[in-house]
Amino acid sequence: MDSIYEVFILTSCLKLLLIPAYRSTDFEVHRNWLAITHSLPLEQWYTESTSEWTLDYPPLFAWFEYCLSQLAAFFDPRMLEVQNLNYASPATILFQRLTVIASDFVLLVGVKKCADTVPGQGTYLTSPRVRLAALTLGSAGLIMVDHIHFQYNGLLIGLLLISYAHMTQGRFLKSAFFFTVLLNMKHIFLYLAPAYFVFLLRNYCVTIPAGGWLPRPQLANTAKLGLVVLGVFGLSLAPFAALGQLPQLVSRLFPFKRGLCHAYWAPNLWVFYNLADKLAVFGARRLGVSVPGSAAASMTGGLVQDVEHALLPAVRPAATFALSAAAMLPALVTLWRRPADAAAFLRALVQCALCSFLLGWHVHEKAVLLAVVPLAVLALRSGPEARLYLLLSAAAHVSLGPLLFGGREAPARLLLAGLHAGYAAQALPAAAGPPSRAYTGYLAGLAAVAVYDVIGHRALGLDGRWPFLPLLVTSLYCAVGVVCCWLALYWHMLFRVEGGQKIKVR
Amino acid sequence: MDSRYLLVLGLGLLLRWAVSLHPHSGQRKPPMFGDYEAQRHWMEVTHNLPLADWYRNTTDNDLLYWGLDYPPLTAYHSYLCGAVAARVDPSFVALHASRGLETPEHRLFMRATVLVADLLVFLPAALWFAVALRRSRAVTLTVLAVLVLYPGLLLIDHGHFQYNGVSLGLMVAAAAALLGRRDATGAALFSLALNYKQMELYHALPFFCYLLGTCLRQRTWAASVGKLAKIGAATVLTFGLVWLPFLVDAQRAVEVGARLFPFNRGLFEDKVANFWCSLSVVYKVKQLHSVAAIASMCLSTTALFLLPTNLLLLADPTPHNLLLSLLNSALTFFLFSFQVHEKSILLAALPAAMLFPDYPLSSLWFLLASTLSMLPLLLKDDLLLATVATTVFFTVAVNMATGVLDAGRRAAAPKQRSRLTTTSGGPPADPCSRWAVPALYLSLTGYAVLALTSVTVSPPERYPDLWPVLVSLYSFAHFAGFFLYYHLIQFQFFDEKFKVC
Repeated sequence: MDSIYEVFILTSCLKLLLIPAYRSTDFEVHRNWLAITHSLPLEQWYTESTSEWTLDYPPLFAWFEYCLSQLAAFFDPRMLEVQNLNYASPATILFQRLTVIASDFVLLVGVKKCADTVPGQGTYLTSPRVRLAALTLGSAGLIMVDHIHFQYNGLLIGLLLISYAHMTQGRFLKSAFFFTVLLNMKHIFLYLAPAYFVFLLRNYCVTIPAGGWLPRPQLANTAKLGLVVLGVFGLSLAPFAALGQLPQLVSRLFPFKRGLCHAYWAPNLWVFYNLADKLAVFGARRLGVSVPGSAAASMTGGLVQDVEHALLPAVRPAATFALSAAAMLPALVTLWRRPADAAAFLRALVQCALCSFLLGWHVHEKAVLLAVVPLAVLALRSGPEARLYLLLSAAAHVSLGPLLFGGREAPARLLLAGLHAGYAAQALPAAAGPPSRAYTGYLAGLAAVAVYDVIGHRALGLDGRWPFLPLLVTSLYCAVGVVCCWLALYWHMLFRVEGGQKIKVR
Repeated sequence: MDSRYLLVLGLGLLLRWAVSLHPHSGQRKPPMFGDYEAQRHWMEVTHNLPLADWYRNTTDNDLLYWGLDYPPLTAYHSYLCGAVAARVDPSFVALHASRGLETPEHRLFMRATVLVADLLVFLPAALWFAVALRRSRAVTLTVLAVLVLYPGLLLIDHGHFQYNGVSLGLMVAAAAALLGRRDATGAALFSLALNYKQMELYHALPFFCYLLGTCLRQRTWAASVGKLAKIGAATVLTFGLVWLPFLVDAQRAVEVGARLFPFNRGLFEDKVANFWCSLSVVYKVKQLHSVAAIASMCLSTTALFLLPTNLLLLADPTPHNLLLSLLNSALTFFLFSFQVHEKSILLAALPAAMLFPDYPLSSLWFLLASTLSMLPLLLKDDLLLATVATTVFFTVAVNMATGVLDAGRRAAAPKQRSRLTTTSGGPPADPCSRWAVPALYLSLTGYAVLALTSVTVSPPERYPDLWPVLVSLYSFAHFAGFFLYYHLIQFQFFDEKFKVC
């Protein structure tokens, strides 16, 4: 048996054990979507609002839920009743958890395809395939978010990896197909589209003769690409366009009424902006200057709410888009200048994900996984990128910890993050020279922050006075790490990378 | 200290935490509940009552409701946990009022106590033993993984709810000490294990014979006597310290003794995979003989079968023989003794795990069979999912690490302790017979079929206990086979024709 399947079995067994673990409201979200797609006709999917968790993923994900709902009927038909809010019978929990575990099979397929691009030998237990499988199928972040909190990121990242694997083999149309399908399952992947656009443009839609600079369009290729992309979008959106529901769809998919930050601040650049604003308010109060509005209220309240900045200028969605786009530009330019380099493509994908994570509007902390999980493929190939991966993944996993409420999951938060980091440290290639003091110091601090968040704060008796403090500290500390990795990746991309991974350009 | 050891320990902790999410024994089953409630009750009793009353039937301490029936070290452990519980939330140990308590906060506390106990006792002991074997890094990692990931212990301690990790951990630590030639320390550690659960008596004779044999093998009489004195002193001192509060008054000691050895409970309770229970299917032992007759039958058969392995150990006290004798003695007690519980198979499983580097395939098979023999208990506790997940995890993990189920990788592995030597030159031979792995798969399939029928098909009216009985008989067949096999190994009956695996 291919060792990758054994890793899949091992991680699936662990995930089976997690069936009784904590579930977030996302569990009810997906139960609701099962009910909507099963019990209601198509025209009501995006208009239905009995539950507050309305359908806000693109149509192909709705069809995925529809297919699942056919199987759900065998476990407990009552979960498919739209009115049956917050229904969570043991059969429902078992079914939903099993679907997440089973859908990780797509991740397995993606990993299997990518594993062939990773060089190296090793023994049965330490081969690159096994290491890649362990870091992705057994990713602490995916386990925490998918199999405890409850989501389907494994499935989606699997599709991304499949698309990438096709790209490494020069199968542009297949790659574009899978990516378009992915876009129509979760539109957050739009942030990665610029990298696809640039790479496909440079390597498939035009050619630039060696030595020259003038691009010559490849009309046949472009037409085929257009056909594939438009075809998938058509299949996905046509039924709703025919019903005149496209504006409704857009309003569901892009709800800009939500605030700059999610209830718990994702560790991105806006953390610093928010903090600066809070400090400014604090300073102003001390100086006796009057502060407009009531913006001193909790920004990390338990519910989604608009964040208002009191003193610093307010941030609007358009500004975040512009900033993200600007941040991505160097990555895209570098990608253009490195034709037919699959590793550069992956690096650009990761960088696009990071840029959008750091500067985007209403970013969820879970979005960091879009950058972390694919980075493992690069990490297996070079020491510097391995070091980067270790820091980024450690910061990401600690930042995801607060998603698992309650004391019961506390050991898991620490053990999963710690085991992932420990395994990565000894399984990934070593970089030349020992890590800097700042690097190891940051990692040690990360462990301290994790412990502080889990029990330290309560043990110090501060629980009553400043309940928001552990979240704030976690956000801030992890943001520092993520930003440093982002900058380091740019440094690496722009100045350090030598050889690449050539693809066969047809 | 290789960082990979920490990774294996961390994985063991993670699996323990994950299993603890699943139901515990007696969950939502008043009036008696189960072992979980028993442990909670002991915290309540030891926290609220004076030591003199812990083992005594009083108005405040109803011995019929889960009276303490383990030696004093368990009582002290419960006392400690009770003290912490009272700090966290006094309602956890409120006298009488906390009976049947099953709130989420309390459950979290109880599960945490087992996790902490493993962190402090079993996991370090496993690491100590693995390192004490003084083998290659790969072998150390493997045996550590086998000890730490063994599903039987995970399911009973962190699922069903018990503290076997403490007594078994102390026993493993004792073995590790003996491996490192620290005989007095080993004797003290085993005494502690014995004073935590009297079931460790299954292991007492091998430890005794090994230590006596080592003493007799000293160069001079003076050295022998000196060593014997040191070991004796360590043992007596340990016992004395543990029993001190109970030796103040002879009556107290008698009360403890009565609770530890309840002969009035009969030959066996639930269906268990031993000789007497299996015999009772066709020949109703309990009805045809008096308790005294049965007791003497058990005593004589057990004593008879204990002799060979322990005499061999006395004559040739090597660590390898110690481990084999631990396994064979525990198996003898399990098969032939009085009042055996299905959980007692853990006492045989741990030595088998410790022997994994030498006999990988048989050890793996025994560990799986021992876990699955407890299926009736696990199914009653609603732990089927956890059982399947941990058992499959264990098998695949061990196979990934060692290739034990794959003939090609077995042949390529460095020669372990096999008495057989392949002739130099020529391709490496697979140390196992080619029927071994198919037989293992067949055996697992049988268990799977039994498990499936147990949950889907209801038994016929005439035989309401049909499924547990079938599982017991099936497991007895396995254990009888292993009993023979490990005796043959210890007495080196094998030659080139019959492979040791």
